Amino acid sequence: MGDVAVEATGVSKRFRLYHERNQSLKAAFMRGGRAKFDEFWALQDVDLQIPTGKTFGLIGHNGSGKSTLLKCLAGILVPDKGSIAVHGRVSALLELGAGFHPELSGRDNVYLNGSILGMSRKQIDKSFDEIVDFAGLETFIDTPVKNYSSGMYVRLGFSVAINVDPEILMVDEVLAVGDENFQRKCMEKFADFRADGRTVVIVSHALSTMRTMCDEVAWLDHGKLLEVGRPQDLVDSYVGQSHDDRVAPEVEEGEEQSGRGARWGSGEVVIRSVELLADGAPATHVATGADAVFRIHWKAAHPVEEPVFGIAIHTLDGIHVTGPNTRDVELSTGTLSGEGWLDLHVPRLMLTPGTYELTAAVFDRAVVHTFDHRDKLLRFDVAPGRPRDQYGVVSLGGSWEVRGDSGAPA
Amino acid sequence: MLRELRGKYKGTALGWFWSLLNPLAATLIFTVVFGAILRVTPTVGANGVQNYTLFLLCALLPWNFFNGVVNGGMAAMLDNANLIKKTAFPRHLLVLSATVSLFVTFAIEMAVLAVALLVLGVNPILWLIPALILMILLAVFATGLGLMLSVANVYFRDSAHVVTIAMQVLFYATPVIYPLTLVSDVSPTSLVARLHIDSLYFLNPLVHYVEAFRDLLYEHQIPDLTTVLVVVLSSGASLWLGWVVFNRFAGRLAEEL
Ligand SMILES: Nc1ncnc2c1ncn2[C@@H]1O[C@H](COP(=O)(O)OP(=O)(O)OP(=O)(O)O)[C@@H](O)[C@H]1O
Ligand SMILES: [Mg+2]
Repeated sequence: MGDVAVEATGVSKRFRLYHERNQSLKAAFMRGGRAKFDEFWALQDVDLQIPTGKTFGLIGHNGSGKSTLLKCLAGILVPDKGSIAVHGRVSALLELGAGFHPELSGRDNVYLNGSILGMSRKQIDKSFDEIVDFAGLETFIDTPVKNYSSGMYVRLGFSVAINVDPEILMVDEVLAVGDENFQRKCMEKFADFRADGRTVVIVSHALSTMRTMCDEVAWLDHGKLLEVGRPQDLVDSYVGQSHDDRVAPEVEEGEEQSGRGARWGSGEVVIRSVELLADGAPATHVATGADAVFRIHWKAAHPVEEPVFGIAIHTLDGIHVTGPNTRDVELSTGTLSGEGWLDLHVPRLMLTPGTYELTAAVFDRAVVHTFDHRDKLLRFDVAPGRPRDQYGVVSLGGSWEVRGDSGAPA
Repeated sequence: MLRELRGKYKGTALGWFWSLLNPLAATLIFTVVFGAILRVTPTVGANGVQNYTLFLLCALLPWNFFNGVVNGGMAAMLDNANLIKKTAFPRHLLVLSATVSLFVTFAIEMAVLAVALLVLGVNPILWLIPALILMILLAVFATGLGLMLSVANVYFRDSAHVVTIAMQVLFYATPVIYPLTLVSDVSPTSLVARLHIDSLYFLNPLVHYVEAFRDLLYEHQIPDLTTVLVVVLSSGASLWLGWVVFNRFAGRLAEEL
């Protein structure tokens, strides 16, 4: 296998949008011809090279053609223009479940799917237990899959897709329906795949996951490939772009802290700035293990009941370290109006030395509606302190103890 | 892969029971209605045997197989829509798997018929090899049609209705329940002759397949050259045309379904 696992050259895909729901001979006969249709280019001239052994992400808004592109790459759709070269055995798991036959049992579907993916019966026999085990569906394996829940459906599909030993794995937005436990297992599996030098192509709207998981990301917009690049950069500009149209209208920029990231929200409550206080005084850095306060200055033009505040701390390379918010701790914020601030007091800030970025946001009571979201509003440094840990992102603050044959520690 | 796809056609023991019951019932009905009540005179077979049921089965079993493959092909794409939309594999396997599983049933039925012929005094042993070749040619012919109809059914969802009617016409336009002589020997002044039905009749390739089966198994004679030619050419043409049509439309199946 060379450096490129999947290569798309000038790929365009056109769909036909028929004016009637189902075409019929009767209608064609009465009209005297085939149904009229509009053409719609779901992909236009996409050039893409997916390097071998890398985890590659596709992002873009709904309907931008991500799934269509993935289907073309997987050979399910045939592009109208351009060509696709795939080097390696592909296993694809597309939107909402694998290609299962609803009437067949899970067991039969595993065999059917495995054989479609190019496994012999013997090979499937061998990995069957592993597949069922990974999916966690021992008791349901002989039930027709039409009776599966959507999560179970995806679990089995994913389990088959990864256990057929593919060189290239393509996954489209399927992990979202899995439960916490299964999502974690999947993430581990992706990490294994990456360590094995296999190629993974993944479509997802879970941007924080994309940011940490992918080596490279491609951004599709209205069927065109906008950009390919590092996930950190691309995800940021994608988030920025997709919220451009929603930035709060009545925000006076002058007295506000300006952040590095995007901003959006309806503006009933706005976050004016965030301060870091060390030992009660504003600071730009704080030592590991020291006392810190994050002070969020807010302003509400009209009274707002029970807004929910939250912050997120990311490392510069995009790892989401923590995301405390007032809702998880069931803090009542009361009715806010005018101006004020809100403190998050951290008695011992257990971050390892480095630079971090803080995002702050305020939502309505149900955390459905965003009043103000300020991506990467504050950048701050953590200096070496106590404990003196330097690796990773957090310090656990543990203490070591050693014992040996000589009895008491030295 | 073919085997796994086939897996879902061969059902349980109950499935076997039903798949046998159906031709049995048909045989019984036709024997009673056409053999006993309407008194259709079957042709005289080898060794002077003249038995309506045997006469009927030599044509009915191939017809059932043909009918099954055409209907199986029709349903192949719609039944497996999910598989087509989510996985990449050669789509024609879906039609082939239907053919293969039906062929197995067909072969078993034909073996049973051969035993029945043997018991009733028409030893067919020597004629089984050409019959097998004929069965394969019929399978090829039917698969070609199945391939065409499988995609037609996706693009025109009401194709099934048309095909149902066409199959019904075809059944009566093929000498399954009556001997061919009833058609070829009509008097020139009859309605049939004046409407040219008798000459149109032979344009139906199935007439020739069915006649060839009857020649081999029931009458123990080599079919005439026209019959052989029609059978060979029509099966080749059907498969070729089916393949061309299928490939022309197979690429867009995943999006049209
Ligand atoms: N079979 C089809 N027939 C007609 N149009 C289609 C078909 N499949 C997709 N489209 C259209 O192609 C466009 C791209 O769809 P696609 O599923 O690739 O989007 P997506 O980027 O995966 O979106 P999402 O984030 O919602 O999953 C959409 O406008 C959709 O309506
Ligand atoms: Mg999609």
